[in-house]
Amino acid sequence: MRILQIEKTDWSAGLAKVRSDYSLIGPVTEGNNVSKFRELASGEEPDLFIATTTLSPKSVVFPQSEVMFTYTMDSNSPECNIMQVPEKNYSPRAVIGIRPYDAAAMLIVKMNFDNPDYRDPYWCDAYEACTFIGLAVTEPESCDFSTSTGSGPFDTSGLDVLLVDAGDYYLAEIVTEKGESWAKSGGFDKETDAAGVELFSSMREAAEAKIGSAVEFDKIAEKETMELYNESYWDSISFPCLNCGTCTYVCPTCWCFDIQDETAHKQGQRTKNWDSCMFPNFTIHTTGHNPRGTKLMRVRQRFMHKLKYHQSKYDKGIMCVGCGRCVTSCPVNIDIREVCRQMNSESEITSND
Amino acid sequence: METYRAKIREIAGRLLQEEKVEMVIGYQDGTIPMITPPMNAKTSGDAEKLTWSSHCCINLANYLTEVKGKIAIVAKGCDSRSIVNHIAEGKVNRDDLYIIGVPCHGMVERQSIATRFGDDIEEVVEEADGTLIVRGNGREEKYQKAELMRQNCKVCVHRNPVLYDELVGEPVAIPEDIQRYEEVEKVAELDLNERWQFFEELVSTCIRCYACRDACPTCYCPTCFVDEARPQWVGKGDEEPDILTFHILRAFHTAGRCTDCGACVSSCPMGINMRAFTKTLEKDCLELWDWEAGLTSDVRPALETYTPDDPEDNFK
Repeated sequence: MRILQIEKTDWSAGLAKVRSDYSLIGPVTEGNNVSKFRELASGEEPDLFIATTTLSPKSVVFPQSEVMFTYTMDSNSPECNIMQVPEKNYSPRAVIGIRPYDAAAMLIVKMNFDNPDYRDPYWCDAYEACTFIGLAVTEPESCDFSTSTGSGPFDTSGLDVLLVDAGDYYLAEIVTEKGESWAKSGGFDKETDAAGVELFSSMREAAEAKIGSAVEFDKIAEKETMELYNESYWDSISFPCLNCGTCTYVCPTCWCFDIQDETAHKQGQRTKNWDSCMFPNFTIHTTGHNPRGTKLMRVRQRFMHKLKYHQSKYDKGIMCVGCGRCVTSCPVNIDIREVCRQMNSESEITSND
Repeated sequence: METYRAKIREIAGRLLQEEKVEMVIGYQDGTIPMITPPMNAKTSGDAEKLTWSSHCCINLANYLTEVKGKIAIVAKGCDSRSIVNHIAEGKVNRDDLYIIGVPCHGMVERQSIATRFGDDIEEVVEEADGTLIVRGNGREEKYQKAELMRQNCKVCVHRNPVLYDELVGEPVAIPEDIQRYEEVEKVAELDLNERWQFFEELVSTCIRCYACRDACPTCYCPTCFVDEARPQWVGKGDEEPDILTFHILRAFHTAGRCTDCGACVSSCPMGINMRAFTKTLEKDCLELWDWEAGLTSDVRPALETYTPDDPEDNFK
């Protein structure tokens, strides 16, 4: 394990050097006290004091709204009715300060956008352009249950570099070649000493020990799908739900989108927009029939997808990294940890056998 | 708060026990501090989970349009006005309802407590005198409820339920010096460009999750105009004109019907104070037609009626 020591006094100068090879993306707090990841302007630095950004950094590779094609319907144009891919910039970008669970979420989303059957070029090209410079969680928040999902405060699975704030300096674990290139670009090359390595692992242990929230989902994997589907608790779980899209939009692992054509006069664009399984529109057919016509069905679908179907399909745990955003953002406090507990508990309905 | 909670449980338990109602819609304690999820109590055992606190920000009248049968509902002043609105608009029958009225001391803003405290909040305890004790990260702070009250609660002049079957406590006094429209008057004083900029900045963080609409009791259209596909009135992307169109049209649709319950603001994950739109319209309705939403179910809301002697000051 290669761990560098970056003095905070050298941090800004290093970031400035990095800018000649990468554009920088990082967490910022903007209007209405909302924090999110976006490209940093010249001279602007990432705010590494934000614990969990309001919005997840999934938008770095999966923007809420992205133009896929442009087209003209002008019959005088030789390009009439031919979809054109707009010019995209996939030059290297360093995502500074992404939390380990959010980077782990990228790997979950990758299963959907980059697999043997299907490759979404927009997502993949943007993802590959990124170098993820993570920031370890040293003071976990009360809704952080990342450890029990398989991620954790120092999880490097989705990262190229992991920074640990050690007071006057950062300890930086170089995880990948991409991470090595980033460090070189910033002139960060001082390896830490044995005490630094020791501090790194003790801080990791301390952070993991501080996480007081957890979920268990082993029994959900074993249960029959229809048994879970027919449980009576969906009524009380779904009752308060407003069917807004908050949980899905703040979630780093929710990947659903809708494709829309928008035209003005004879010019048009085809856009990929975030969509949400909480919306009635998500499943409505052109006939007007909606196979998921009630909010109970929609709420059940969201949790069944995250906690059951994902496990059944991939056998790689749940579609959740335990960031806690949906828990804190849901206007009516529908808590995935509590839903998971109910789904994982012994069934209340008796078998018909 | 303790007294209210006990009384709500007692009434709900009795109604369910005596099978007067099929369910009681109320609040329960949340899994995290400062939030009380709505619940549908169906047994007298469920009734014991009902709660009351300074965090009951969701307007429960919103749930009435989804349920059928004899229903009891916990209602503070604004919720009761939304119920009256539902009755006036034919959404619910008064005879099917048992309204457990709660004279309201105001709700506090979760966001502003979080911002003020700074650290991750693990526990909030409310004392009888209105002191909120906030704990987290080994720290403890005490705040006065009055300073953390939601803006709509600060300027509320209808704190007592306007329609109820039973009250859980004595009616509360309404302060006489309330400046109801101070915040919107400040916006109105801005010149045209500044005002437009104000509204642009207001909605700049909107992610179109529609929590504001979905938390709003007056927003019960089977298909909201933003969800219409034929014709599609509004683009689905993140372009500002579409976002502004959503907020402005939604606000106009609630004009004369909005009770300023603040559920929209409390539900917004992105900190948008969409009351800046709706409060202006409330003021207009009051000044132009002497109309306040949800005080009577005998008359249709202001923008749904016409009389020959209506003032015409609004035509410009």
